[in-house]
Amino acid sequence: MDTAMMKRRRFLQGAALAAGGALLTTRLAFAGSDGDSRLIVIIMRGAVDGLAAVPPYGDPDYARLRGALAIAAPGATDGALRLDNLFGLHPQLGFLHESFAAGELTVFHAVASPYRDRSHFDGQDVLESGVITPHASQTGWLNRALAAQSRGARRGTERGVALGSNVPLMMRGPAEVASWSPTKLAELDEDTLQRIADLYSHDPLLGARLGAAQTANSMAADDAPGMMAAGNNRYEEVIQAAAGFLGNDAGPRVAVFDTTGWDTHANEGGARGALGNRFGALDGALRTLKTRLGPTWRNTTVLAVTEFGRTAAINGTGGSDHGTGTAAFLLGGAVKGGRVISDWPGLSAAHLYQQRDVAPTLDVRAVFKGTLVEHMGVPAGALDTVFPDSEKVKPLRDLFRA
Amino acid sequence: MPDSTAAAIATNRFGLGARPGELAACAADPLGWLEAQLKGAPPVIGDPALQNTATMVATIDRVRAQNRALRADNGQALIQAVMKLGAIYRPAYVGEVTARLRLASTTDRSFLERITQFWSNHFAVSVDKAVVLGVAGSYEREAIRPNVLGSFQELLLAVERHPAMLLYLDNYRSVGPESMFAERARERAGRELGINENLAREIMELHTLGVEGGYTQADVTAFAKVITGWSIGAAGKGIQAGGVAGEFYFRPNIHEPGAQKVLGRSYSQDGLRQGESVLLDLARNPATARHIATQLTRHFIADDPPPATVARLAQVFNRSGGDLPSVYRALIAEEAAWSAPLTKFKTPNDYVISAWRALDMPIDDARQVPAVFANLGQRVWSPNSPAGWPDRSADWDGAAALMQRLRWADEIGQRFGAGVNAVQLAPQILGATLSDNTRVALGRAASAAQAVTLLLAAPEFMRR
Repeated sequence: MDTAMMKRRRFLQGAALAAGGALLTTRLAFAGSDGDSRLIVIIMRGAVDGLAAVPPYGDPDYARLRGALAIAAPGATDGALRLDNLFGLHPQLGFLHESFAAGELTVFHAVASPYRDRSHFDGQDVLESGVITPHASQTGWLNRALAAQSRGARRGTERGVALGSNVPLMMRGPAEVASWSPTKLAELDEDTLQRIADLYSHDPLLGARLGAAQTANSMAADDAPGMMAAGNNRYEEVIQAAAGFLGNDAGPRVAVFDTTGWDTHANEGGARGALGNRFGALDGALRTLKTRLGPTWRNTTVLAVTEFGRTAAINGTGGSDHGTGTAAFLLGGAVKGGRVISDWPGLSAAHLYQQRDVAPTLDVRAVFKGTLVEHMGVPAGALDTVFPDSEKVKPLRDLFRA
Repeated sequence: MPDSTAAAIATNRFGLGARPGELAACAADPLGWLEAQLKGAPPVIGDPALQNTATMVATIDRVRAQNRALRADNGQALIQAVMKLGAIYRPAYVGEVTARLRLASTTDRSFLERITQFWSNHFAVSVDKAVVLGVAGSYEREAIRPNVLGSFQELLLAVERHPAMLLYLDNYRSVGPESMFAERARERAGRELGINENLAREIMELHTLGVEGGYTQADVTAFAKVITGWSIGAAGKGIQAGGVAGEFYFRPNIHEPGAQKVLGRSYSQDGLRQGESVLLDLARNPATARHIATQLTRHFIADDPPPATVARLAQVFNRSGGDLPSVYRALIAEEAAWSAPLTKFKTPNDYVISAWRALDMPIDDARQVPAVFANLGQRVWSPNSPAGWPDRSADWDGAAALMQRLRWADEIGQRFGAGVNAVQLAPQILGATLSDNTRVALGRAASAAQAVTLLLAAPEFMRR
């Protein structure tokens, strides 16, 4: 066995120890793109409670609506981490708060996609496809954006890779994207693999998939050390793999990290509890990401989004039901942060959307567009195909350091 | 005349893959072979080691009550008590997954088993919620299996009353804001109790009408009030007590009183009957027929269901009053079902089961069984949302997913392949769909084990 192969074996064994099966529900997909800028999109499936993630503690209606789930004002026990006079962060989001202070986090609030009903599945489809009608597109906006980048700027050898078994809709489309995930099963020997490749030479889809998987495996092998020390945190191992891929100069530039479990209908908890624990896990993983990326962090943007928000008032079972407006995050060394960008609609009965949800005042596509143009160098002229029927949604400008 | 292509389609597209000898048995009359599976009571998983839901939920309640008592004084004991819950859930889950695989890999009614697993996924619960780990299998055995050859409305009622569903989608403690219980909480403690609309929404969106089914937020809220009180019985004396522990129990004191308007119709029945009436109307709604017809066609025929097929199935659904065997017969009578190429990529679940069937493998260590499905990306009963597992090829054919499948195929080849003649086996499993490329590759394999790996890796074994 040659050295590279040995490395890969060792790596995969390490990854298997670290992964423990969590990867099968948390997915990460990668693709190549221009230059040095890195982008990780975190899809938080299930509708994140924006009023818990970014509590508007200064809003006069907040504490009443939230009852036992309300996050106290900054300074109180388990209080919000102060952003400004109106907003704070959930107390479990300590790393995000440090990043805000360091000017590396921008928080958006009262954000929504153009989707206005309350189905997770349609909402996620619109968020990922970038098309206003659910299930109208088999491709995702991020993939179309990658495909729209000028050929000259793209490096010829780059390929995408999905860390996680399958590729989420946001990353599906014409630009080449593969996937990779740690495994508990042993590698195939070269001879069997070659025979399967021959068998697939008549099958374009399976042939392409097999090729992509082999490429991803060899890329992953170069990043073995980063994968060895993943802890118990449910997101940690995936984030470490992301750091391995994105930190590699010859590797992919764009990743999609799929997370689930944000659908908090019951026992949501306030400062502590189920949702808080999940925030804490994600926050810790993001801290790891920054550490692992080292100097690459300077060029990195993490965009964390969800399909919609939750009801302003808590429901009868200590949770919240499907809503509309919510929060979103733009984090990273490339971000011109330390700001909350929100045209806050207020939580009084008259200002809630349909008397129940945070009214959306910012289209999440404006954030997507701003990120694609300023951070990823996607030509502004391509945005109409990336986001059809979105002429009125102008890219948010000045989100990144010059 | 025996039809080898039709037999391969019958066993693979509609079944869970052929077992050795099955193609030959089916070839004389593939359609009749499928239709025969719809006659007679559905098979029962009769493993005496498996517990019913009521027993499991009652046990969980008891342990939780002990935990609450411990919480006050002893931290260490509490940790052990919480671990005890896992020690109750996990063996139940392992037993259920294994029993399910045992049936699926040996049954000669594999079309019916596919149908059963389709409904189980249509009415999905997920072990992502810890408590569901203990009851997902018994839910399938109790609410789904006995009802797959009845009417849709019987199936729907069985599902929505089942404690696993009431736990998973939170309805068991959804409280009508004007109910007796809520009034008392308001007066005595100043506490506001209310509904949880999770189950009501998913019944409309996922179980019956479909997201395009024409309901509004107001319908969801009203329906959620209608089904307040649909809960689970509990032992003891406190406010939770009532009914039979662990079984469906309607709690009048948390039910929202009065009439509710759902989809333009007023429901003024008392108590449980109000919810049953809404469910029966949802089952009869033409949108439900379309939704179910679409899901079934996508599952069995093509990712993009042919509209004409969907229309015919919906019509049969409507005219027969939701008689499920009539709908299945209409499905297999569709010409598209017998002519379309092998387009669908098997889910990991179906891939594993079909390998088990092809090789007639033993189940030597039950504890290893759940890990097989998990390693291939589809831990049994763990979709990450109440929509169930996705049902399009693109959801399953990722590069890493394929690679995992191949690694597993290799492991199976090495463990079980030595005594298998894959060259002789392949036509028995794949019939006319066996390609020349695969046949040649199997013949040239370096070992019997490698030939088995290649058979399981073949494109025509990956698809249906």
